[in-house]
Amino acid sequence: MYGQGIARGLLVTMKHIARSYMDDIRYAGRKYSGEGNFGARQGMQATGSYTVQYPDEKIAVPERFRFIPFLIVEDHDHPERPGHDWCTSCGICAKVCPPQCIWIVRGKNPQTGRPVPEPDAFYIDIDICMNCGYCSEFCPFDAIKMDHDYELASYDRTSAHIFDKQKLSKEMSHWKRIAPTTALEEMQARGGWEHKDILREKAKAERAAARARKSASKQSS
Amino acid sequence: MDVVADKTQLDISASVELLRERWPDAISHDNRDGFSGIIVDPAQLDDVALAMRDELGFDYLSSVTGVDYLGVADHMEVVYHAYRTSGGPALVFKAQTGRDDPRVPSLVSVWPGADFQEREAYDLYGIHFEGHPDLRRILLWDGFDGHPLRKDWQEAYYEEEHKPFDSRWPGGQVYRAEEKNVFGKNVKYPDDFDLGRLNDVSESDLYQGLGLGVDVQALDSDGLRTDRLVVNLGPHHPSTHGVFRMVVTLDGETIASLDPVMGYLHRNHEKIGERNSFLHNLPFTDRLDYISSMSNNLGYALAVEQLLSQGARYSPPTYRAECLRVLMVELTRIVNHLWSLGFLLNDLGAFFTPMLYANNEREKILDFFEATAGSRLMCNYMRFAGVYRDIPERIRSVANLVNDKVRDYNTMDYLTEMVNERLPRFLDEYDTLLTRNEILRERTVGVGVLLPEDAIALSTCGPLLRASGVPYDVRRADPYSIYPELDFDIPIGKNGDIYDRFLVRFQEMRESVRILRQILPRLERSQGEEVMSKVAHTPRVPVGEAYGRVENPKGELGYYVVSEGDPKGPQNPWRYHVRAPSFINLTALGPMCVGHKVADVVTILGSIDIVLGETDR
Ligand code: SF4
Ligand code: SF4
Repeated sequence: MYGQGIARGLLVTMKHIARSYMDDIRYAGRKYSGEGNFGARQGMQATGSYTVQYPDEKIAVPERFRFIPFLIVEDHDHPERPGHDWCTSCGICAKVCPPQCIWIVRGKNPQTGRPVPEPDAFYIDIDICMNCGYCSEFCPFDAIKMDHDYELASYDRTSAHIFDKQKLSKEMSHWKRIAPTTALEEMQARGGWEHKDILREKAKAERAAARARKSASKQSS
Repeated sequence: MDVVADKTQLDISASVELLRERWPDAISHDNRDGFSGIIVDPAQLDDVALAMRDELGFDYLSSVTGVDYLGVADHMEVVYHAYRTSGGPALVFKAQTGRDDPRVPSLVSVWPGADFQEREAYDLYGIHFEGHPDLRRILLWDGFDGHPLRKDWQEAYYEEEHKPFDSRWPGGQVYRAEEKNVFGKNVKYPDDFDLGRLNDVSESDLYQGLGLGVDVQALDSDGLRTDRLVVNLGPHHPSTHGVFRMVVTLDGETIASLDPVMGYLHRNHEKIGERNSFLHNLPFTDRLDYISSMSNNLGYALAVEQLLSQGARYSPPTYRAECLRVLMVELTRIVNHLWSLGFLLNDLGAFFTPMLYANNEREKILDFFEATAGSRLMCNYMRFAGVYRDIPERIRSVANLVNDKVRDYNTMDYLTEMVNERLPRFLDEYDTLLTRNEILRERTVGVGVLLPEDAIALSTCGPLLRASGVPYDVRRADPYSIYPELDFDIPIGKNGDIYDRFLVRFQEMRESVRILRQILPRLERSQGEEVMSKVAHTPRVPVGEAYGRVENPKGELGYYVVSEGDPKGPQNPWRYHVRAPSFINLTALGPMCVGHKVADVVTILGSIDIVLGETDR
């Protein structure tokens, strides 16, 4: 019969309207409280639609979410190297960056003029950054990571959108907070929470100490 | 034994031999290292092409593109990839011509689908296709100086031939490109270009040939005096799905002719791609068809893998990596079709209800993409010989300073439930909502019909081609990844109208769900296998050419990549061409619209399913 298709379609819309309210009733009063309510209303079992009231509410982004990169520095309360750069200014991120928005001035020892493993300056032009994540993927020292903060709009792009080293630097603890699993995996791959070079030096020192102990014990025996 | 009984069954090398026997002087093998196919003398090109189509059965011209070999062999080359719609590999043929006045006969008369692609090659390379019915610029504007894909052409913010640029490291004192090259002063015009034309709204080039300004008060066949009216639909119009313009000549309400105008979003993707390194291009492919970035990545990765596999020390992606690739691209197909059906219904006036229902499901898939690849749309997930990372154990968001609404799901459970229950349930419901709806049927049945022969001749692809009844799907015709071991059907239509396209897309979603159901157990089985690419960030890509193509949701997406590099030099593609399905499918827009009403144009365009990021590149 003509019109049947429309009528059956309208039933579907009615069902959808009802469903939206059904979830509201099921979670009545618990929209803003209660463990896991939000997850359930956004998950596979959710029925109807659920509006997140941005910007009053914001969905936490998953760990791997990538926006603008930041540079990892040692925590400011680190006992040995507070605020020390992890970046060695090796330049790999600048080379692998597709739109070429990373600018690095390699550090130099003022006396000898020889390069030192830390950047004198580090800039990212966030207008140009395409959020691809290559810099963090290919950095051999885990020194650059993708941040989660996506609210970067400003009124004047010419003054606010080239991030310098100071603006880019964030503590290691920030990375551990926004991406705990990934940070842990990286730690395991490195073999410790310290910078690769430090770990290597430590291992070297340990080996030397072991050797020294060994030869000492040989001599004494 | 009669070998020549059916020449349309001959394999590529036998076909080539047959052609060479007939034209021994005009055809030679392409013997360059890493290259394949034949080189045809331009003088004989039409005849050879006709024989390929009519005798050998290569009825489908997939891709036409130019290459400038400045400094290598100092000639221009036009590269053609022709296929049989019955399946099988490409017959690659090339025509070479000098750089100073490049001329090649047009093949529009043999394969009408060459129309836009030849115009593009003319626009970007300045190659004249003799005999082309309408050789105008297509992506760039009339006052543009030069042909940007020529190797000696430099763009407004030119810095260096190849990335990475030297200024970035070790002495990277930052500056903005526009500080060195002020905006407004970076534009060049041809010497004889009249700047006054920029303010001239008549655009005489375009309107010539539409029969305007000639005799607008002509008598039509009924003896009525009717005005022919030119209407510009777009470029800024919600129904054009982006910045796209259709110049329509109207006879009353009826379309007399339609000429698509595009290029408003042109950013010379291919030139950027040739400055880029091989790896740099991957995230750029996301920006082509931004609805289906996952499968864009895959096409390009396949093309570069073809090249890499010629070199030493290349190990192909693991089984799990292949499974993940198929998982992602099939989810992408669902995402894309949900989006396109939703918008088709919008175009039909069913404002936003079907769209938002579809989007509700799409969001769930995007949540999974975001948790796995790091982004919802610009996924950048595939890598050469692998993928970016394995799927996470949990789809998990962490509360931090900026945001507080937290979610936490087990990824495999999430996927299983989505594939086995949620998506099928939704598709059934959507089916009830739309498929039998009388208004939808009245607006779409019998509208915008594309006959199968035309669909093939016009090089259309994807759901548009299949809705016309041609069962051509790259996943089956020229399989890649693990598709040969998967069980799925190719839905086709009968009448080639909008309604059939609607049904084909719908069926394709169901088939994708079917594929996903087969992928899930494979993922369980291959748990723990390495998936990440071991190819370094500056892979040594051997010299040669490759054409990687995938069945994108919108149709056949192909990448023609040429590597010319000396092994120690810059690792950048010499040529990087994108065969964009949205762009080529638009060839059929004009013919499909003629005779219909203005309101139908919007729906017909919607049923092609274009995205301007890919059309304009
Ligand atoms: S790749 Fe890492 S260590 Fe090297 S310059 Fe970049 S951030 Fe620093
Ligand atoms: S995210 Fe990509 S574009 Fe942005 S700085 Fe890193 S490499 Fe460059």
